[in-house]
Amino acid sequence: MAYSKKVIDHYEHPRNVGSFGTSKEVKESSEIGVGIVGAPECGDVMQLQIKVSDDGRIEDARFKCYGCGSAIASSSLATEWIKGKTLDEALQIKNTEIVEELSLPPVKIHCSVLAEDSIRTAIKDYQSKNAKGSPEKASVN
Amino acid sequence: MALKLPIYMDHSATTPCDPRVVDAMLPFFTEVFGNAASRSHKFGWEAEEAVENARKQAAAIIGADPKEIIWTSGATESNNLAIKGAACMYAKAEPGQRNRGHIITAALEHKAVLDPCKRLEREGFDVTFLEPGPDGIITADMVRQAFRDDTILVTIMWANNEIATINEVPEIGALCHEKGVIFHTDATQWVGKMPTDVKADNIDLLSWSGHKIYGPKGVGALYVRRRNPRVRLQAVQDGGGHERGMRSGTLNVTGIVGFGKACEICLAEMEAERDRLLKLRQKLENELSSRMEMVVINGHRDRRLPHVTNISFGFVEGESLIMGINEIACSSGSACTSASLEPSYVLKALGVNDELAHSSLRLSLGRWTTEEEIDFAVEQITRTVEHLRSMSPLWDLYKEGVDISKIQWQAH
Repeated sequence: MAYSKKVIDHYEHPRNVGSFGTSKEVKESSEIGVGIVGAPECGDVMQLQIKVSDDGRIEDARFKCYGCGSAIASSSLATEWIKGKTLDEALQIKNTEIVEELSLPPVKIHCSVLAEDSIRTAIKDYQSKNAKGSPEKASVN
Repeated sequence: MALKLPIYMDHSATTPCDPRVVDAMLPFFTEVFGNAASRSHKFGWEAEEAVENARKQAAAIIGADPKEIIWTSGATESNNLAIKGAACMYAKAEPGQRNRGHIITAALEHKAVLDPCKRLEREGFDVTFLEPGPDGIITADMVRQAFRDDTILVTIMWANNEIATINEVPEIGALCHEKGVIFHTDATQWVGKMPTDVKADNIDLLSWSGHKIYGPKGVGALYVRRRNPRVRLQAVQDGGGHERGMRSGTLNVTGIVGFGKACEICLAEMEAERDRLLKLRQKLENELSSRMEMVVINGHRDRRLPHVTNISFGFVEGESLIMGINEIACSSGSACTSASLEPSYVLKALGVNDELAHSSLRLSLGRWTTEEEIDFAVEQITRTVEHLRSMSPLWDLYKEGVDISKIQWQAH
């Protein structure tokens, strides 16, 4: 299969790989949201972590991905795109934009769907962590 | 000598033609171009002589009589002719009826055996698909237990194409002879690499092809036993009655000459080549296993062909692995590299979990594989696996001691 230059670039030089500490530290931090989507038997698992500032912006993001080159590129691209965005803005990102940016072929569309899901799941995780203490915190515009 | 990239480690898929084979073939394109079936002139006689010489070379490598060799277009055709031809010849009921006879084969056979068997199943035959154990080997005992009173044919490959494991072929053959059942083996991965004696190994029908043994593509052979028992086949392809009526069609003289020469070279160099390739494969496996954790060799550790390894790297996905090792030509058991999005059915039959099946590579070495190439492959595979593990959330979980199979994943 031929990959686009952008997919190869993300594969070889993934952006924002890693995590904000151990899984325990990440779980306990109220400023971090985590989204893990996919399953090993399907051949792809994406993990997205977002660090949200007090004013509701995603100030930093980290990803890890077990999957094909297109899955790695989709999640790497997602971290680039969400950094600096508010949660609402990040939720506007559509998988079709990822498909277009990376020139993914039809068989790889599920990789972009997974990336979109990981953004939604991470934001949801952040919001549920912060729902009890200060519910308005997550929706500051 | 500078390494020529990409390096070829997919000899189980096909091999380059040996230049000695090409030299032997060349005159038969332009000078000796006759139809081997032309009996009335020198052009035909010379072509026939070349074909008969190749038949001797092909017979010699499997310990057969030249009269027992039928030329075909490749192992797929040989398998089809052997399986359908024998089933129809020895059927216990006419076409259109049920209970026409029982056939034994295995779940990890090549599609060129499985699909003819499935077709026969639709046409009134019963088929048992044996399941191997975790080591991938089909034993004589498994076949013994599957036997029925109406069993007419057993077809079990000699060595598996994906994991290179070696089945108990001589023992299965002996069992079939004891029961008076015809025994076919798809020996495509075996012949040319390992010593073969169809008489001593109790084989009635044996398929192999030219392009796996440094010969040309598009030519194959089927051994059909003539004595104890004399095996008869119903033709699949009808026509001019070539090959004793079993396979009509003008002979591919050029290809057949190449096939014969390829057999001759393999036979002469087999022992030395086997030892050389085994050493190279051992080096490949040892280096990969010692440099990295969670490296799993699929299939039986010892009972397999010397030049092939099927190896999985835990917590790394296969397609991204292939993408990283782009200077190594090899095969993957990954779902993403196939049209079906299913991991290898052979590895599944072994009970290898999907996650490991996704990350498997089949590296098959050949006549021109060098130690330098092995060193290169080890470096590039190690670098890629480490790069991918540094990105893999599953690798982190493994390192934290989490059992991945116990996690409730959100499959999509």
